[in-house]
Amino acid sequence: MIDLTSVQSAGSETPNRPAAGRVREDQVASSRPRRRPKRAAGVRSIGPFFVAPYVLFTLAFGVIPGLYAIYLAVTDAQGGFAPTANFTTVMGDFRFFAAARHVALFVGIWVVSLLVLVVFFAIVVHAIRVRWLSASARLFFYIPGALAGASSVMLWLFVLDPVASPVGPLLRALGFDSFPSVIQPTHLPVIFAIIAFWTGAGGWIVVMYGALNNIPDELMEAARIDGANPVQIALHIQLPLLRKWIAYMAVLSLAAGTQLFVEPSLLSQASNGVVPNDYSLNQLAYQYAFDLNDFNGSAAISVLLLLVALVLSAVFVAKGGLFETEDV
Amino acid sequence: MNLIHPRRLARRFGVLGVAGTLAVAALAGCSNDKTSGATGSYGFHEAKQDKNSAITVWVDASRVAAVKAFQAANPSIKVKTVTYDGSSNGSNSFKTKMALYDRAGKGWPDVVFSSQNNDASWATRGTGGGQAFAARLDKGLIPSSTLSGFAQGALNPCTVSGGVYCLRNDLSQTVLWYNDTLLKQFGYTLPTTWEDYQALGEKVAKEHPGYIVGSVGDTFTPEVLMWASKCQANDVTGPRAVTVNTESPECKRMAALIDKLVADKSLTTLSVFTPDFVKQYTGKVLLMPGPAWYAGAIFNNKESLNVPPGQIGVGAPLAWGSDAAVAGNVGGGTWFISSHSANLAAAAKFAEFVTTADAYQVDVAPGYPAYAAAAAKWVAKQQGSGYFATDMSALTTAAGQVWDGWGYPSYSQEAIWAKTMTPLLTAGKSIEDNLGAWGTAIKDQAQVAGYKVQ
Repeated sequence: MIDLTSVQSAGSETPNRPAAGRVREDQVASSRPRRRPKRAAGVRSIGPFFVAPYVLFTLAFGVIPGLYAIYLAVTDAQGGFAPTANFTTVMGDFRFFAAARHVALFVGIWVVSLLVLVVFFAIVVHAIRVRWLSASARLFFYIPGALAGASSVMLWLFVLDPVASPVGPLLRALGFDSFPSVIQPTHLPVIFAIIAFWTGAGGWIVVMYGALNNIPDELMEAARIDGANPVQIALHIQLPLLRKWIAYMAVLSLAAGTQLFVEPSLLSQASNGVVPNDYSLNQLAYQYAFDLNDFNGSAAISVLLLLVALVLSAVFVAKGGLFETEDV
Repeated sequence: MNLIHPRRLARRFGVLGVAGTLAVAALAGCSNDKTSGATGSYGFHEAKQDKNSAITVWVDASRVAAVKAFQAANPSIKVKTVTYDGSSNGSNSFKTKMALYDRAGKGWPDVVFSSQNNDASWATRGTGGGQAFAARLDKGLIPSSTLSGFAQGALNPCTVSGGVYCLRNDLSQTVLWYNDTLLKQFGYTLPTTWEDYQALGEKVAKEHPGYIVGSVGDTFTPEVLMWASKCQANDVTGPRAVTVNTESPECKRMAALIDKLVADKSLTTLSVFTPDFVKQYTGKVLLMPGPAWYAGAIFNNKESLNVPPGQIGVGAPLAWGSDAAVAGNVGGGTWFISSHSANLAAAAKFAEFVTTADAYQVDVAPGYPAYAAAAAKWVAKQQGSGYFATDMSALTTAAGQVWDGWGYPSYSQEAIWAKTMTPLLTAGKSIEDNLGAWGTAIKDQAQVAGYKVQ
């Protein structure tokens, strides 16, 4: 399930918040390294107390179900050990590689547009010197992200139907005169990317805005005195300093994107199956569990997804220097 | 739907990898033992019976009236009603929920209504060595006199390897609905063959553009047209065997008809359930091959076409040339009794009542009853209502003409058509040219569902 709101909206999901907080703390701490030794011993001892709920929730809803999935993936329906059987079954399914292709296409379009546009908008909003305009722009960007995932997709069901849509004339001008013609299979990756961008980008723009605020004023000042124009500042000062944040956004977005579920599921229901109910890998896993009654096969797909997400995340963590500790 | 959440894992697994491997090893040590007990007299292992226990009944919103009718007639039996979506529109909720109860080993409802008619294919198979959900009905649980009272072929969707596992609620045989007033006004005669139908469709396109002779925009289009053309797309030959040949002359003739009339715009590609359809075609539906329930769902429905009384007539299923006419079928609900029920007697009484008693099937039910005696009274009641322009005998004729070469596999033919053929129709591409792709999609799906495909 794409769970963007949990990443960005305030306090909707506990486990993600400390993660976001942690990065910020690293940034703050590393930009002011001298303060650290002065911390009182009492502050340290209260640490575990704050971390405890996170650890408990992680165990209950992350680690233990995850381990159960791995256990299911390497056993058969009777509980016997079968290390590869489930993986060969699901990879031999005619829908598997189609679903993988759909997800890859969606993630490709979405993550690239997210990275480029979010950074662009954040820098533009940050460059606005008029206080009320900048604040209202941020609020405007953020509002769609405040809607819960499924309800914002419901909203899009109307937007995409030329008969009911507020942008109906635009859809008709593009040659789409009915809902089925809008949701032709070739349009789907772009449609899902637009929906996901619309629901998720605003939150990230606000996060990036915060990151831009973190860049020391002296640095910007110095650049301006040296005669750099706003574009040069963006390219040579702001972008390099945002590297970790961009990598962080990429990692979370990749993980969320590979789990595409809500958008195709709701569109499938709304289109009476024209958008298939096995469009994405997560949907296929769901079909395995509940249509074919094969929980082991379902777990195998989930474990494969986990592996892919891990590898891609590792690349971004390494390239983005997410865990590097030198000063920004 | 958050059962498995790889994203969280993705972030945490690196740290906990070692601990995880150990825990997996520990978990692998245990396995769930499910043993099926001795076979009871009804053909399955019975739970401990309690004649006074309440029965839990799952119905969709339209079938709540059936429960009320039963309670009025049998106040001594306690019934707990749970309303769910009836497994409609491919939600598969019946199957999904039973799979979870199977895993939990408890919690099954006693009687379930499903708006689908392919549930017997999975409900008769136990998972992981457990007992199948559906109770066998023809070994004494339901009297054979009751079972034989259903219309010819009505229990086909419930029959697996000779055993009966559910009771049919209603039939959805396809007939030719038409607007008698319009037909007379235009000076046309009612077609009796598909060839006449196609010729009339072409004529309507020329002489009265904007009027239609049918719709191909719904997921059940293949069941209305391909089934009624004897297209061998869904020939279930055994519990897990199916023969698929979508490029036979029977399939091609209907595909060519669809292509021609869609191109002429006298067949619409809009679903009959869309607001757009109602907007464009209110008062403009001349003919409409479709299931029995179109009467109440489309024609005599204020939210839909809302055709005034005295206009709608019902014609017999169409034939190809001199072949015998056959009908298709779109749905028709089924009632299942749980083999895990602790009160089989009450559950059986309930299922028998809601499918056969006049108090529900004749007085209240919106669809054509599957139970023959009730159907005769239901038809008489509809004719007495004065809504229809003709007598309803075509419905009764069609009920016995449903072609038996189209089966009820565990996967959904509607879902396959929706994802492979509907986009082609919308894009104006030929159905005839893509019959092969349709066949491949059916075969792939059948194989994944464990069918041997020929």
